[in-house]
Amino acid sequence: MNHDVIIIGGGPAGLSAARHLLASGVRDVVVIERNPECGGLPRFCLHRGWGALDFGRLWRGPRYARALVEAAAGATFLTNCAVTALEPDGVVRVNTPGGPRTLRARAVLLATGIREMPRSARLIGGTRPWGVMNTGAFQEMVRFQTLPFRAPVIIGSELVAFSALETARHAGLRPVALLEENSSLSVPAIVGAAARLRYQVPVRTGCRLVEICGQDRVEAIIVEDNGARRRLRCDSIVLSGRFVPETALVDGRTILRDLDGTRGPVIDNFYRCTDPRIFAAGNVLRGVEHSGYVAHEGRSAAAAILRALRDDLPPSRPAIAVEGRNLRYVYPQRIVPSDGKTMLFGRSARGAGGDLVARDASGRELARRSVGRFAWPRLTLEIPTPDVETCDALILEREHSGQ
Amino acid sequence: MTPLFDLAVIGSGVVGCAVFRESVLAGLDTLMIERAPDLLAGASKANSAILHTGFDSKPGSLEQRLIRAGHREYLAIHERLGLPLLKTGATLVAWNDQDLAQLDGIDAAARQNGVSLHRLDAEGVRRREPSLAPTACGGLVVDEESLIDPWSAPLAYAQQAVVNGGVFLRNSPVASGTYEDGAWTLRLEDRGEGEKTVRARVVVNCAGLQGDIVEAIARSSPFTIKPRKGQFIVYDKSAYGLISSVILPVPSPVTKGIVATRTVFGNLLVGPTAEPQDDRDVAALGRPQLESLKAAGERLLPSLARHDITATYAGLRPATEFSDYQIEALPDRGWITVGGIRSTGLSSALGIARHVRGLYEESFGRCRPLADPLWPRVPNLTEEFPRPGFQPDRDDIICHCESVTRAEIRAALSDSPLPAGCIGGLRRRTRCMMGRCQGFYCTRRVVELAAPYLPELATLGPGGAA
Ligand SMILES: Cc1cc2nc3c(=O)[nH]c(=O)nc-3n(C[C@H](O)[C@H](O)[C@H](O)COP(=O)(O)OP(=O)(O)OC[C@H]3O[C@@H](n4cnc5c(N)ncnc54)[C@H](O)[C@@H]3O)c2cc1C
Ligand SMILES: Cc1cc2nc3c(=O)[nH]c(=O)nc-3n(C[C@H](O)[C@H](O)[C@H](O)COP(=O)(O)OP(=O)(O)OC[C@H]3O[C@@H](n4cnc5c(N)ncnc54)[C@H](O)[C@@H]3O)c2cc1C
Repeated sequence: MNHDVIIIGGGPAGLSAARHLLASGVRDVVVIERNPECGGLPRFCLHRGWGALDFGRLWRGPRYARALVEAAAGATFLTNCAVTALEPDGVVRVNTPGGPRTLRARAVLLATGIREMPRSARLIGGTRPWGVMNTGAFQEMVRFQTLPFRAPVIIGSELVAFSALETARHAGLRPVALLEENSSLSVPAIVGAAARLRYQVPVRTGCRLVEICGQDRVEAIIVEDNGARRRLRCDSIVLSGRFVPETALVDGRTILRDLDGTRGPVIDNFYRCTDPRIFAAGNVLRGVEHSGYVAHEGRSAAAAILRALRDDLPPSRPAIAVEGRNLRYVYPQRIVPSDGKTMLFGRSARGAGGDLVARDASGRELARRSVGRFAWPRLTLEIPTPDVETCDALILEREHSGQ
Repeated sequence: MTPLFDLAVIGSGVVGCAVFRESVLAGLDTLMIERAPDLLAGASKANSAILHTGFDSKPGSLEQRLIRAGHREYLAIHERLGLPLLKTGATLVAWNDQDLAQLDGIDAAARQNGVSLHRLDAEGVRRREPSLAPTACGGLVVDEESLIDPWSAPLAYAQQAVVNGGVFLRNSPVASGTYEDGAWTLRLEDRGEGEKTVRARVVVNCAGLQGDIVEAIARSSPFTIKPRKGQFIVYDKSAYGLISSVILPVPSPVTKGIVATRTVFGNLLVGPTAEPQDDRDVAALGRPQLESLKAAGERLLPSLARHDITATYAGLRPATEFSDYQIEALPDRGWITVGGIRSTGLSSALGIARHVRGLYEESFGRCRPLADPLWPRVPNLTEEFPRPGFQPDRDDIICHCESVTRAEIRAALSDSPLPAGCIGGLRRRTRCMMGRCQGFYCTRRVVELAAPYLPELATLGPGGAA
């Protein structure tokens, strides 16, 4: 059976896309979710603030998750079903409770989200006791009251680390400290100062976790605190941030992955992967954005899918390759010629001022804007969509002031 | 009076588990005594998972003979126990002229060991393993080197022993013993429940990293354990296809060197390091060593740099001052020593077990082999065979990265001859939390399922109220 659209992942991105597709008159939308219920990551986040941009409310995560599911009513929900492979021609292999099945759709949206980098990939030394986890697992355990720890240390200072502090407070825990290995926090210093006050937790920069101690359980950590080694007692470790897109399905066969940049799928200016039937949206595209932003992306991808269903999208080839300079990554990684403008997204390798410039391969400038000193790590630049005839590659560069 | 066993095995590493199985199948009343809450608490929980041929062992050594015997026996029984065998073969790669000059010698030694190798030139290496760094300039192919599941194998051995009448005692460190009237009385460390003793006519010391300490119960130990740590990096499944065989370096006299290999679970493994240390219990990871291991892996396979790291771990080899195994029977002390099985025990374990049975028969009496033993199968954890998570009417999947179902986790916790005794044991039996997210998505659900059986997971630890 050939569906109109299959959406893989029932988080904010996938559900927002479903909501928009249904509202636009697409009948046959299938949402495939590997967990027993849809909603994605917000299901486990008990703090408030969810839904501001897409529902005009400040809900707790579980309420927001429910609203997303309700708004997508009319879709077919296949829960407890894990997609195991993507193939050309809209073929999706699914592991259902009744065994493996093959589905097909005219368009497929990949919205599988992100997770945080585990201890292993951070090359942290020491023993491997019980009590080392990511924020995701920490929040889920608090949500279900299965958390057997009292005194966690929080590693990292992206926003999610502060969300971990909030979770800890909610659970009545007293974190030992929040430690950032870089010399400044990943969020504006004011957030750190506010956190110190609100949570009464030491927030330290230049402090790196080098070793975990304890045989069966975490007993302490060894840190390098601005050059000096110190031992810090704690009973658990929350490794936060350093997000990794959930790209098990992006295996380089059917669609390509941007291994040197976002580490998510390679997309074009219509959220389309290197297979023209497959689209991607949400945090699977790159390290983290908040739910409101992701929901918006889900809607934008749905708009592109609507055009694809009407055979109204520009062909996916030829495309102009986009490259970043002085940037951790840039996407879309390919641009196909079309009317109108294209938005380029990048993330800075380092902070502070300067300009963001787009040039073609010959060095001709297409657009430029200055980047504020306190810019959010997300950088955007709108350019007139270039023409393949005159532009065979595009470079987005971060020019630092005084360079 | 406590019952008198024919034989007691101290230590449920892979070697002890194989000896336990052999002894039960030989018809002996056998007791396994393990100090930890689960099997595989020592050297055997962390290794490279290669079933060696022994091609590079010292010709004529006991180690060489027992690896050959163990390898052969594994091939003979693995299917009946449900154990995997991935026949990848190995490629021993020369990276410079010095390496090249050694290939003839390695080839000759292998032939003496009854393993025939064939030679590759630089082009041959490239064709066989195209992702290797282009500086590879020649090599040798070892066809029979294979990969196995390092945790299910010993579990299968111990499980077969248990269902055929063997007794498995956990949480029972042997503290001391006395030999009187042809029987050992072993005292188990008091864990607050009063002192316990067990009795057996013959004791086999398979205490691995504690081998010399346990040996001191019978005599002053003729060997000293000198632990040698090995650290590993496990890469994401995306890297699995980078190599097709085990990539071996030209060995040095002290170590086999850093190897790159697939695993039967579908990952790619790089390691181990070789670091002498005094501590026998703690195999700590070290960032500098992991960093250089990562660099070494990327030198071998440059594209590895683009793949994610899934796991890091470390193990300790129970090395001694001797290069060969220390296996011997003490006929007048009712004791068999099995020590110093440093870096090949996974391959040789079944061979060692046969050898121990031979020693038993020579020194202590005849066996009465079971006529028709049971052959319980272990659950399949490899992608080679169908997994429960992909069957019709499967239970909910709890761990998505490794497709582990609730039913598998429940079975490993309760419905098994040897249920998991700790979270590590549960991971080794099911692969839950062992995949690319390392528990990001499944920790809570695993803890909920496991807590009734492993309450320490869900309760505050001793220092928890700090
Ligand atoms: C620990 C943590 C805390 C966060 N806190 C906040 C916060 O406070 N506020 C905020 O705005 N954002 C927060 N975020 C960001 C969060 O990623 C986004 O808010 C949002 O959840 C992203 O939506 P998504 O749809 O892209 O992904 P997700 O919400 O992750 O949804 C992806 C869904 O896809 C499913 N899936 C994955 N693979 C498959 C497959 N193969 N088959 C079927 N289904 C699959 C998953 O089960 C999941 O339900 C947090 C993120 C993390 C990791
Ligand atoms: C890094 C590394 C890589 C390796 N790679 C390979 C490979 O690829 N192929 C291969 O064939 N081999 C390999 N090996 C070797 C193999 O792992 C070892 O040879 C093997 O594990 C030794 O097992 P064992 O049973 O002798 O000892 P152990 O596994 O140490 O078992 C001893 C057991 O005795 C228990 N014990 C100790 N004292 C007492 C006591 N007083 N009372 C009760 N119980 C006690 C311990 O708790 C433990 O469970 C590798 C080893 C390492 C470290």
